[in-house]
Amino acid sequence: MNRKHLDLKDFVMYYRTSRGEVKAVDNVSFSLNKGETVAVIGESGCGKSSLAKSLIRVLPRNISVYKGTVLLDGLNLMELDEKTFEKEIRWVKITYIPQAALNSLNPVIKIGDQMIEPLVIRNKTRKNEALQMAAKTLRSLGITEEFLYRYPFELSGGMRQRVIIAMSLMVKPELMLLDEPTSSLDVLTQANIMNLMKKIKEELKPSMIFITHDVSLSSELADKIAVMYAGQIVEFNTADKFYRDPAHPYSQKLMESVPTLRVDKNLDYIPGSPPSLLNPPKGCRFRERCPWRFEKCTEDPPLISLEKDFYVRCWLRAEG
Amino acid sequence: MSEILLNVEGLRKYFSARKGLLGRVYIKAVEGVDLHLKKGEAISIVGESGCGKTTLGKTILRLYEPTGGKIIFDGKDITHLKSKELKWYRRETGLVQQDPFGALPPFMTVKGILEEPLIIHGVKDKAEREERIHKALEQVRLTPVEDFIRKYPHMLSGGQQQRLVMARAIILEPKLIIADEPVSMLDASVRIEILKLLRDLQRKYELSIIYITHDISTTRYFSERIYIMYAAHIIECADTKEILRNPLHPYTKALLNVIPDPDPSNRFTIKDVPSGEPPDLINPPPGCRFSPRCPSFMKGVCDAKEPVFLEVNKDHYVKCWLYEKTG
Repeated sequence: MNRKHLDLKDFVMYYRTSRGEVKAVDNVSFSLNKGETVAVIGESGCGKSSLAKSLIRVLPRNISVYKGTVLLDGLNLMELDEKTFEKEIRWVKITYIPQAALNSLNPVIKIGDQMIEPLVIRNKTRKNEALQMAAKTLRSLGITEEFLYRYPFELSGGMRQRVIIAMSLMVKPELMLLDEPTSSLDVLTQANIMNLMKKIKEELKPSMIFITHDVSLSSELADKIAVMYAGQIVEFNTADKFYRDPAHPYSQKLMESVPTLRVDKNLDYIPGSPPSLLNPPKGCRFRERCPWRFEKCTEDPPLISLEKDFYVRCWLRAEG
Repeated sequence: MSEILLNVEGLRKYFSARKGLLGRVYIKAVEGVDLHLKKGEAISIVGESGCGKTTLGKTILRLYEPTGGKIIFDGKDITHLKSKELKWYRRETGLVQQDPFGALPPFMTVKGILEEPLIIHGVKDKAEREERIHKALEQVRLTPVEDFIRKYPHMLSGGQQQRLVMARAIILEPKLIIADEPVSMLDASVRIEILKLLRDLQRKYELSIIYITHDISTTRYFSERIYIMYAAHIIECADTKEILRNPLHPYTKALLNVIPDPDPSNRFTIKDVPSGEPPDLINPPPGCRFSPRCPSFMKGVCDAKEPVFLEVNKDHYVKCWLYEKTG
């Protein structure tokens, strides 16, 4: 039996606010083979960004529960203390590419100096050597090396995002977390970045978690799909199956709301809004909006495994 | 149905910006735009950020003073009317902005927000105002009305806020609504809900709608005709179906080519994307503005003279030298 590259089991992250506990990531489990990409799809506030931030352990200060198992190549990251995590995992094995790239770059430091920081500080690489590596990485992403000596404001949005991706590639990550990497970019720039990510996937083969609200876009990268709703994974499926035949009622309704350019279809929306993550209702969290709800749905549905790499959190799929 | 409501001819809008100590430059945000809109028709203006599509919308609404060109609304030339003379035009038009929360005053209740335009436009009878507020809220399906009328904007969800903005836009029973990226900040499912509502209102009340967006995939469902905008110019326009089936301009082709439909085979294909970025609107390139990025670039033609707007097929216009002879 080959070992999974990433294996999440009952991963939980809650934080406390003045109004109560927010269950942002609630018992998330899934696993991923090496070099695979899982797209985490969900609407805003479903906890998908919290999931990524918890994985790289950038946590809110008011955290209340943080537990579960995160196995990366068999190593349980949850058992590592902060010092070891900082030294061996964060931005070493796992990198994070955020949404708004302008806010992620330091405006008063030159691109090159920002790019080499992790190498110079952690690996004690010589500055010249590191700069050469940075130039090489930038070139491979289609940016000339003169940009090493520019400041972030001199770059366009697409270029900034490429710089962040280059920064991430400098450390040769095993796992890349992409948190809506193109959502503030224009259509053509977005396509450029997606092309780039496909090349990286093909050539360097990191595993990736691609977080997005855009179902169409997710198909550009995903081998597996995890649909997140109100803090929980409600469906995990292979991309080949998911886009043709989504299983969870929420996934089905979500797919119906995706406009398509090439074929005509009847668009529909999901009435109502998702529940608050402060004290979410008992039972299935999609219940209120689900057209197929029945008595059983007031009880918490288990994650029902239907096939390899295919499970659904829905009573309709339970047997007997 | 085929009566023209709005006719825009050669519309220009320049903004001046300071450069250096004494210098002044002009940002040419909208240049030579022709468009028309029939009564009860919905059109889309599609373009990337910075192409001038928002400026175009605001200039048509006369929130900006046009630099040149003409705007004819319902047979009247409103291009250079003074603000006092514009009051009737304000009543005939409505705007739905991108960020609903930013568009709503946080200190006013739903009722206050909807009552203000009625007071300004002289609806003196209180009972009539109440009735119209109720009707508007029902039209955008913020029901039961009593639950919403005393709420403040922050108590509403994003989709509800956007519906309130729509209620405010339609409360004076306008003929024209400009919806500027009305759904780009909303979630997928809420997006469709809002767009469907807009479409329903359009059909029911014979509203004309200009839908400004960067997302060409929604235009298929929500407009009859599309105008494609690039670097302050309209570069192509045709019926929605025609443009999606048979795009002519290289930019439109590129745009349509890169937009994914949910299909698992997407992950194995690298797409053709034109290199570079849209040009600077202070010093746009000579000739065709897409020429520096264009895969079908013809030296000595495209970079020499600005292409003219040609009718290539019936009602299908394109601004591109490739089609010069067919026209």
